[in-house]
Amino acid sequence: MTAGRRRRPLGAILRWVLLLAGAAIMVVPFLYMLSTSFTGQAYVLTIPPQLIPDPPTIGNYVQALGTQDFGRYFVNSVVVSVIATAAAVLLSSMMAYGFARFDFPGREWLFRILLIGLVVPAMMLIIPQFILAKQFGLVDTLAGLIVFYVAGNLAFNTFLLRGFFAALPGELDQAMQMDGANVWTRYWRLAMPLARPALGTVTIFTFLSCWDEFAWALTLIQTPSNATLPLALSLFQGQNSTLWGLVFAGSIIAVVPVIIVFLVFQRTLVQGLTAGAVKG
Amino acid sequence: MTRTRRRRGWIGLAFIAPGLALFLIAIVYPVLGAVQMSFYRWQILAGAVSQWIGLDNYVRALGDPEFWLSLGNSGFYMLLTVPPQIVLGLLVALLLKAKSPAQPVFRALFYLPVVTSWVVVSLLFKYLFADQGLINFTLHDFLHLMSSDVSWLSDRWTAMIAICALGVWKGIGWSMMIFLAALQGVPDALEEAAMMDGAGRWRRFRVVTLPAIWPSMTFLIVLLVIGGFNVFTSVVVMTDGGPADSTQVLLTYMYQQAFTNLDFGYGSAIAVLLAILVLILSLIQLRVFRDRSGVEA
Repeated sequence: MTAGRRRRPLGAILRWVLLLAGAAIMVVPFLYMLSTSFTGQAYVLTIPPQLIPDPPTIGNYVQALGTQDFGRYFVNSVVVSVIATAAAVLLSSMMAYGFARFDFPGREWLFRILLIGLVVPAMMLIIPQFILAKQFGLVDTLAGLIVFYVAGNLAFNTFLLRGFFAALPGELDQAMQMDGANVWTRYWRLAMPLARPALGTVTIFTFLSCWDEFAWALTLIQTPSNATLPLALSLFQGQNSTLWGLVFAGSIIAVVPVIIVFLVFQRTLVQGLTAGAVKG
Repeated sequence: MTRTRRRRGWIGLAFIAPGLALFLIAIVYPVLGAVQMSFYRWQILAGAVSQWIGLDNYVRALGDPEFWLSLGNSGFYMLLTVPPQIVLGLLVALLLKAKSPAQPVFRALFYLPVVTSWVVVSLLFKYLFADQGLINFTLHDFLHLMSSDVSWLSDRWTAMIAICALGVWKGIGWSMMIFLAALQGVPDALEEAAMMDGAGRWRRFRVVTLPAIWPSMTFLIVLLVIGGFNVFTSVVVMTDGGPADSTQVLLTYMYQQAFTNLDFGYGSAIAVLLAILVLILSLIQLRVFRDRSGVEA
């Protein structure tokens, strides 16, 4: 153990071997999924497994987007995720601004109530939320998905953004006020642009959580044409348990946007992810 | 001054009002609703009157073997996923700590499963653990670690292991990321001083690194335990609680009671029990970990 310096070359090799093995375990399943999506049904789950499809086919994708309507589910997912994300970011940034910049009776209490949203498991609410959705006529509608996705993301987003708004220097705000700018202008033209990094984080997290959401969609949606991608995938596999090529063609269609968002915004994502964790 | 303050206060409330209204209706009201419903034999038909039955739903849960089985499965999942995510996440973070051109690439690869949707990775693992899937091929035909193929998803314990394997695989990247950020905060000077004193690698880790990342570790363990008891999608997709309801976890059992058997009152009682359990576990952990960090500091 004390010979750490001399053993360094061996240590470096061991380090690389471990990292490569770990990375392989993370990536091989994805590659296998990709490969299966290009494999004809007759060649799925053969022994030995086909790691490179022979012959390769795009038939699964043609079928997924054609007869299986995955194009429609994709559009549903985009509509729900984009609208819910925009609304959640707008509402939570307004709340965060209100909590950070103003003093009013009951402020601390209201903020504490908001913290309930961070503590309570979302699944605990699914039964009463379903009854609520029924009363408002939101069952089996995309609007019903959107409303509850927005509500479910408010607490965390507000919590994160409030800290950011509170850290912005007050002098700028006062200077703009002197110039006669009203509150809305100061929020929209000053605070929001300055908070862009935090807003980016919040936007990405909200989008990913809406894009992936499954339990609420499973509960609320009854007509297949209203399904989002996660729901459609799980229902499709449940009914056609062996059509793996088709299932994974649909999965790739669902995963590609997420991976693009992740790779493009990797840095923002990492910062946001760790912001809450490391202060301790 | 006080007058402008008060006026400004009303503006603040106006900023909060729209979001807060939605939050009160869609989150807070359902929290209270879940508690309320758990005391009723809840009737879902319009016009039917629900019947107050006090604690009967809770008493029923305590005497329901299926409830205990699903609680056991949830606990099993938690025990089998939390420690590996901590240990492996920390290991990967330590291996990736040194800045190198390859570091962001590895980081992204380990993080890939984290951003991928639960439904997709659950389908993927169902496929990998299928009778003729890649796992059986690797362990039996390729490495010869098993004498015959295992029908993973048709037995309670092997199915739970497959579900846990997914949980660990999907979660390592997240704990790695938290640990990477925490490791940035470990002062180099301390590490060097310990090396000068002749402290070995393990000792340096225990005396310098571990105390420095302890707050992040606490945060992570608490969240992973909560997450463990919230397992739902992977079970629904991979086994749907089967075979013969033997892999039900708390949330899938709650869901089945509510939306298959339409017993909303009993489902709510299970949901409330889960929330209480998670809350108690979190409080215990926070207390234990705080005490420990006090001793070590």
